[in-house]
Amino acid sequence: MPVVTPGWYMTLAAVLFVLGMTGVLIRRNALVMFMCVELMLNAVNLTFVAAGRAAGVLDGQVAVFFVLVVAAAEVVVGLAIIVAIFRRRETASVDELAALRG
Amino acid sequence: MIELPTEALWLVIALPLGGATLLHFVGRWLGEPRAGYLACAASLAAFGVAAAAAVPFLTGEGHPSQSLLWEWMPAVGASFEIVWDPLSALMTLVVTGVGSLIHIYSLGYMHGDPRFARFFAYLNLFTASMLTLVLAGNYAMLFVGWELVGLCSYLLISFWFTRPSAAAAGKKAFVVNRIGDFGFLIALMLIFSSFGTLSYSGVFDRAGDELAGSAATWIGLMLAAGAIGKSAQIPLYVWLPDAMEGPTPVSALIHAATMVTAGVYVIARSAPIFELAPTASGVVAAVGALTALWAATIAIGQSDIKRVLAYSTISQLGYMFLAVGATAYVAGVFHLMTHAFFKALLFLGAGSVIHAMGGRQNMEEMGGLRKAMPVTFLTMGIGVVAIAGFPPLAGFWSKDEILGVVFNQGGFFTVLWLVGLITALLTAFYMIRQFVMVFLGRPRWPEGVVPHESPRSMTVPLVVLAVLSVLGGLVNTPFRLGLEHFLEPSFEGVKLGHPAEGVVSILVLAAVAVGAGAVGAAMAFFAYHRPPEAWRRFQAAFGKVWGWWEEGYRVDEIYGTMLVAPGRRLAEEAAFRLDLGVVDGAVNGVARLVRAAGTLIRPAQSGLIRQYGLWFGLGLVALLAWLLVRGGL
Amino acid sequence: MVELVVFALMGAGTLAGAVTVVLARNPVRSALGLLGALVSLAVIYVVNLAHLVAAVQVVVYAGAVLTLFLFVIMFIGVDRSEDTSETIPLQRKLVAGLATVVALGAAVLVSRGRFSWTPASGEAAEIPNGTVQALGGELFTTWVLGVEVTALLLTIAAVGAIALAFHRRSAETPTED
Repeated sequence: MPVVTPGWYMTLAAVLFVLGMTGVLIRRNALVMFMCVELMLNAVNLTFVAAGRAAGVLDGQVAVFFVLVVAAAEVVVGLAIIVAIFRRRETASVDELAALRG
Repeated sequence: MIELPTEALWLVIALPLGGATLLHFVGRWLGEPRAGYLACAASLAAFGVAAAAAVPFLTGEGHPSQSLLWEWMPAVGASFEIVWDPLSALMTLVVTGVGSLIHIYSLGYMHGDPRFARFFAYLNLFTASMLTLVLAGNYAMLFVGWELVGLCSYLLISFWFTRPSAAAAGKKAFVVNRIGDFGFLIALMLIFSSFGTLSYSGVFDRAGDELAGSAATWIGLMLAAGAIGKSAQIPLYVWLPDAMEGPTPVSALIHAATMVTAGVYVIARSAPIFELAPTASGVVAAVGALTALWAATIAIGQSDIKRVLAYSTISQLGYMFLAVGATAYVAGVFHLMTHAFFKALLFLGAGSVIHAMGGRQNMEEMGGLRKAMPVTFLTMGIGVVAIAGFPPLAGFWSKDEILGVVFNQGGFFTVLWLVGLITALLTAFYMIRQFVMVFLGRPRWPEGVVPHESPRSMTVPLVVLAVLSVLGGLVNTPFRLGLEHFLEPSFEGVKLGHPAEGVVSILVLAAVAVGAGAVGAAMAFFAYHRPPEAWRRFQAAFGKVWGWWEEGYRVDEIYGTMLVAPGRRLAEEAAFRLDLGVVDGAVNGVARLVRAAGTLIRPAQSGLIRQYGLWFGLGLVALLAWLLVRGGL
Repeated sequence: MVELVVFALMGAGTLAGAVTVVLARNPVRSALGLLGALVSLAVIYVVNLAHLVAAVQVVVYAGAVLTLFLFVIMFIGVDRSEDTSETIPLQRKLVAGLATVVALGAAVLVSRGRFSWTPASGEAAEIPNGTVQALGGELFTTWVLGVEVTALLLTIAAVGAIALAFHRRSAETPTED
């Protein structure tokens, strides 16, 4: 019977991170991009928890706590921005928001 | 007797300056003729103050004084300080006295001009500037006045600026004067580097002890260059004939009586420097003599009433240069004064004639004006006799003194004396020629011209100036050297040139000079007191030479091809090849380079956040990989 | 044994949810996929004795944040399904390459790294028990400054969201002074 080592968790986190990153880069719906960012954050959270357990300290979970708070704040502002943009431009596609094109 | 404190002399400058300022702002509202009255009042008041302040010098109780108005650049000895000595007093009296008469004359002459008030504002500004020049207590303030009179000259020559020729003449005067001013500025720098100060007292007190010969020569030559520009001497005289485009009172005031004599004044004022620089003095004398003869020959061939007087002015200024170059500073200033009287008279008379002829200036269309304008005829006749140098009028005494001094110097100056003598003959010739062509003979007026005597405001100044032209010479005769005595405090310690002692030589020289004048006058009278066909025959007898005189030796054309055209080409090259090609090219090149670089990397700024994210991710991975590899993975 | 089962099941759930998030055309499905992933991770946290974190994960993330997402999706329009064709040239290929590189890098690190529950000192450490009491004590003693700063951050975020919500273009509402 194999024992679950931190490496397993790290691998799971890595796959989750790559999935999230891919989603951010290929989806053009701002909302879905946000969700993918959440996935990436959660991948990092998982490594924090696993690493903290491996080191035998609570600090990893403390870090996760902070990440959660920051993520919540980010979602609040980010969604407000998306709504504001949508009210003006009738779109949630980031590809159409290319006003800074050189 | 009211003793006027010399501290109050600032009023002399402030009054016309205030008049100018006031007229600039409310002149249009005042309108004609009140604006003119205001300007005349300012000028006359300045004359009154100056006359009151000059009284102590006449009674022999006055002492030269210097009063500081305010500090400007004390470190270089440049402050607003007024020097009040016989020389500046005399100049101030001439400027304000003749200036006031011309102000009054202008009331009539400028009648009906749409910019009547502005004209008087300029006249007052000129008076203030010229007084700044002559009252300056140091070279810096002198230069301020020097440039200001140049500005006023420009403004007044091109007063009728809608005429292209007037605008061009103003520009020409300004540009040609700049050449002389360049030399003048160099002189100022040399003075400062030699003495560490620009104040007259600082310079003249130490000139004898501290100035090396070569430095004195260079300062003298550069001052002379400035004077040559301002006083219209060879080779910078070309602006003065064109300056006749200005209104005639301006020609009389600025381009005959006052501004153009500033060069003579500067040399006389700098006598202690020129005393140490005989070479510079010699150059001044030679330039003066040459100019006197040169301009006199040109004056013979002119048919424009004002251009004759313009070349005559250049010629007479040459006499003054000859005098101050021969160290006869008093004689130079004396001639300056008498010339101011009779040349202002002649110009104003010419203005009266032009006024009567409805703006025509060609003497061939005049003739027989004697009956139509008796006052102008008489006064101008006096002016002609005065300038031609017949005793006992003003011109005789001053010109005779100059010739006497020059002859007495001997050597090289004997040649210059001969030149001066020939010029005296020519002077009499062209003045009588003008007089005969304008006033005598049969009328040759074009149809529709009915000459009439000018109004009182114009004839009264003529009469006053005529009286001065008759009596003005008596202040300094060989029998009673009044002016020399008067000016003594100004030339303290300077060795002045004098005519030979002894009644016989004085009489012989005077007889020779008067004889030359008489010959010239007689030739002119018999050549021109005949119908125009006879003139033509007379002129044809000179062959080509007459053509040269008529065309002023084509100096303008020669300058045009030799200096102006190359200058213009240089400017065109600089503008269209150097500036457009090289300078702009470099700027545009940089811009093109930046634009090309921008075009190259512009696609990176796609505005697509997902692409940015990709770049960000790739960069992050690269950085991370580099860190891991460096850390030994 | 329990951990192995939980890891297998919940790991699979997490990945399935993540894949759904990335691939679903309808944002509502993405949101539901995210919900699955979050809840699965919460269970993994519990096995790792991170009780408080697991609770917060469910309450804040799965509860509040996801509700907010759904709300915005509803506001913008559920029926807007995305056109999945790629318009940016090379984007997909480069993303694939980037993902491969990151995955490979992670694989290298995991395989070469020494990951075990036994620290270098020897004895296997006691699993830190993330109870409310323990974590709370830690947060409000050692990390109290961070907590206060986080509070400030949340306040700012709230103010920002309100400002964005109230912002109108001046053209739309002429000012009436």
